[in-house]
Amino acid sequence: MKSMLLKMLAIVALFWSGSVLAEEPIRIGALVSATGPASFIGDPELKTLRHYVEKINDTGGVAGRKLELIAYDTGANPKKAVTFAKRLLYKDKVAAIIGPSTTGETMAVIPLIQKSKIPMLSMAGGVPIIDPVKKWVFKIVATDRMACQKIMEHMKAHQISKIAMLSGSGGFGKSMRKQCKMVAKDMGIDILADETYGKKDTDMSAQLLKIKNTPGVQAVLNPGFGQGPAIVTKNFKQLGLKMPLYESHGVASKKYIEIAGDAAEGVYVVSPPVVVAAKLPDTNPVKKVCLAYKNEYEKTFHTPVASFGGHAYDSLYAIADAVKRKGTSPAAIRDGLESLHNFVGIDGVVNMSPTDHLGLDTKSGLVMLQIKNGDWKLAE
Amino acid sequence: MRALARRWNLRPALGVTALILALVPWMLSNDFYYEIAILALFNAMIAVGLNLLMGYAGQISLAHGAFAGLGGYIAAILTGRYGLAPLFSIAVSLGIMALLAYGLARPILRLRGHYLAMATLGVGIIVSIILNNEEELTGGTDGMSVESFSLFGHTFTESWEWYLLAALHLLVLLWLAQNLIESPLGRILRSLHDSERAPASVGVNVARYKSLVFVISVVVAALAGSLYAFFSGFISPQEAGFNRSIELVVMVVLGGMGRLYGAVIGAVILTLLPQLLTSFEDYQTLIYGAIIIGVMIFMPKGIVSLFDRWRRRG
Amino acid sequence: MTELFAFLLTGLTVGFVYALVGMGFTVIYNASGIINFAQGEFVMAGGMIMVFLLAGGIPYLPAYLLAIGLTALLGVLLWKLTDLSRDSSQESLIILTLGYAIFLRGAAEVVFDKELHTLPPLLGEGHLTILGATLSYQALLVMAASVLIVAGLWFFFRRTRTGKAMIAVSLDPDAARLMGISLKKIWVLSFSLAAAIASVGGILLTPITSTNYEVGIMLGLKGFAAAITGGLSNPFGAVAGGLILGIMEALVAGYLSSEYKDAVAFVIMLLILFFRPGGLFSHRGVQRV
Repeated sequence: MKSMLLKMLAIVALFWSGSVLAEEPIRIGALVSATGPASFIGDPELKTLRHYVEKINDTGGVAGRKLELIAYDTGANPKKAVTFAKRLLYKDKVAAIIGPSTTGETMAVIPLIQKSKIPMLSMAGGVPIIDPVKKWVFKIVATDRMACQKIMEHMKAHQISKIAMLSGSGGFGKSMRKQCKMVAKDMGIDILADETYGKKDTDMSAQLLKIKNTPGVQAVLNPGFGQGPAIVTKNFKQLGLKMPLYESHGVASKKYIEIAGDAAEGVYVVSPPVVVAAKLPDTNPVKKVCLAYKNEYEKTFHTPVASFGGHAYDSLYAIADAVKRKGTSPAAIRDGLESLHNFVGIDGVVNMSPTDHLGLDTKSGLVMLQIKNGDWKLAE
Repeated sequence: MRALARRWNLRPALGVTALILALVPWMLSNDFYYEIAILALFNAMIAVGLNLLMGYAGQISLAHGAFAGLGGYIAAILTGRYGLAPLFSIAVSLGIMALLAYGLARPILRLRGHYLAMATLGVGIIVSIILNNEEELTGGTDGMSVESFSLFGHTFTESWEWYLLAALHLLVLLWLAQNLIESPLGRILRSLHDSERAPASVGVNVARYKSLVFVISVVVAALAGSLYAFFSGFISPQEAGFNRSIELVVMVVLGGMGRLYGAVIGAVILTLLPQLLTSFEDYQTLIYGAIIIGVMIFMPKGIVSLFDRWRRRG
Repeated sequence: MTELFAFLLTGLTVGFVYALVGMGFTVIYNASGIINFAQGEFVMAGGMIMVFLLAGGIPYLPAYLLAIGLTALLGVLLWKLTDLSRDSSQESLIILTLGYAIFLRGAAEVVFDKELHTLPPLLGEGHLTILGATLSYQALLVMAASVLIVAGLWFFFRRTRTGKAMIAVSLDPDAARLMGISLKKIWVLSFSLAAAIASVGGILLTPITSTNYEVGIMLGLKGFAAAITGGLSNPFGAVAGGLILGIMEALVAGYLSSEYKDAVAFVIMLLILFFRPGGLFSHRGVQRV
């Protein structure tokens, strides 16, 4: 009897609280590659979006209105991304879009976004997304150019000026290879060998052997993601190469250490700060939000945090921030995003402007890690 | 009237299709629905062409996704990189694809059954690897954007314009296909499907006819692929990939091989399917696979065979 | 010289895996006239099942046997489904097995997950150094196991009653049935045998390359090219085919272009189909309709 009464009370309470928030929810669209070749990027992104939209709604929504997440899985296929973007824009009529997860998809969607005047926060790394600046397109993810800079600064600091590159031939590897070559030129680093491997390759020792036999190479840089870098790392150790190996932010998850095993010891990895949240110095402004996100993610999903989910978190909260300051219409959200000021996200501190739709501070945005005893450690 | 109907070959099915295509826009309340409808129409075109090859000439092809994609790429590259007019680029693209198909037809169509399936599969994969790797021309894995489509100074921007264009193309194609099937050539083709020895024994040059149908189906695929590239403003190697080729073959088989309108129905269903499955995200691939298996086991003659049963009963 | 040798070793390791997948194709094809496009998915299933059995706390050896057994069972299941549509055209059967492949990929996504997994190498992380090139113990194991499997199959097909019956069925199903051979039994056996061989490949390859739900697509297609190159009518041709493709791939990747490496297998397959459609090691004509 008593429980019945409680239930009824709860229903009444729900009814009244519901009517307070009875306004239409703000619709946020998401395009994530939850399956397919980039599922390891899209999967944590989707989990993060779902979880935090729920959390925001449980705590009263944004500016008194709830959020409604409409997410579609693009399978990392640009064509699907375009189709689903049209669905979000014309059928679901969302106020803003988060995603897509990869650069190729984002570039495919951009003309459509510009035409329909709905703000989009891409979660991909490519430089061309925000350079040149496009009115409706933003992103809060470190670019591959920034990653190359971070890596080569580290090399310079350790008197390394002659390197070899071994790049994956997927979109990510190709783009980063191009950026790194440009950065290397600017920074006076010579690339003595420039090898590539295929997406599904199972053995890279032949390419590494060529590098081994190239005189003067002081370090190897491996832009790529997925299984490739793990195999490169294993082969690298097998061939007895002693020089430093640098991996990209594409492998900055525990998965890489797990798959490469012992061979990963001593490898340098450039990464968004979230994977080493607890080890960041207290002076790092993003430490608090990184730590909170990491703990909540690992508690909720029982898997180690991956840096990619952080992109989704930042995008979602940036939109919430924009809504609070400017309003709920697409144009207002766009203005809000462009005027993000000292926004502290997981990927760094963000200050956007009409001429900078990335606004990410390089100092807080990326860290150089080294793998020690099967775990991340801030590199010296 | 009857004579006229016969002369123009205005078969009821074509009329019904035209009527449906005319009525559909009333249901398309926004641009997204138009997008799906237009995609379905272009898919239907490729499937009708492929059905001529598979259903009438009895030759399977696991490369038509690659042919459609390559056709689209050639047209996109000619407009985007060399500044040719869209219509002219499409014409050149179709010409190149026809030559390619003709060159491939001889060695490939000598094979049968599984061997043919594998050879076409190999061709398809090689095409998609080239598109993925020739970054200078194709934009590599990330794909490339395509100029907008303009014809005699008019640029196609509205969804309904594209719908009209695609619908007209499909109707003309269906009309041509119907005439082809009912022509003496069509009869030869059907006899090819049953056995190659019979027509050969009465002096028919089997290889020539098979090549002809192969070229026709490749050109149709390339035409739809080029138009679709212009419509969507973007083309990526996935559109020429192995999965795309399978999808097209499934359209034909799902609808009913050797049934002209079966290919159309199969294309419409398979285009709508991913949109209907969006709420099942994690189960999409599983359901897609299960549907293919179910159809192959329980109605191997395709969905159109259901109508036959129903008509016989009624 | 060292480089060339390293390329050869790489090629051999991968080639043996193609060989195992390719043999699976030929075993099913010879027994039933069906090309099973889900052959690559058996490789995936073997590796993934093994990963999750180990994660579930089952010790290595039982997990190993269980993974092979479960994959073989999967093969039987697919045969059951295929049997429902025996009268279908060849095109329909091709689509049907393509459907299996898609379904198994989807099932792996749901039952397991979408992430990359690996297995601890059976003999540890060590490696041999031969003429300056390295060969990991696991790669050595892949080669040794493949050789054993090939030898075992050789014995099975030449020396045992059941094996000889399978050969008889592939040569002339009608005559074989008249002789009292149960076609059904042979078909079930061929599906489960092909699945089991592929799963061994999958389990042994996983520590080297790691695995996920869609690893079977490319392996399946390459295995298929291996089977064609060697000749569909002969399981041992597939072994030679696999090794040739693996080595050619490694050489092209090493000396010409790693980007076009994946095309090598298919170019060779096409050349074989155009000029010697029965495969390198076949005397029989093509066409088994």
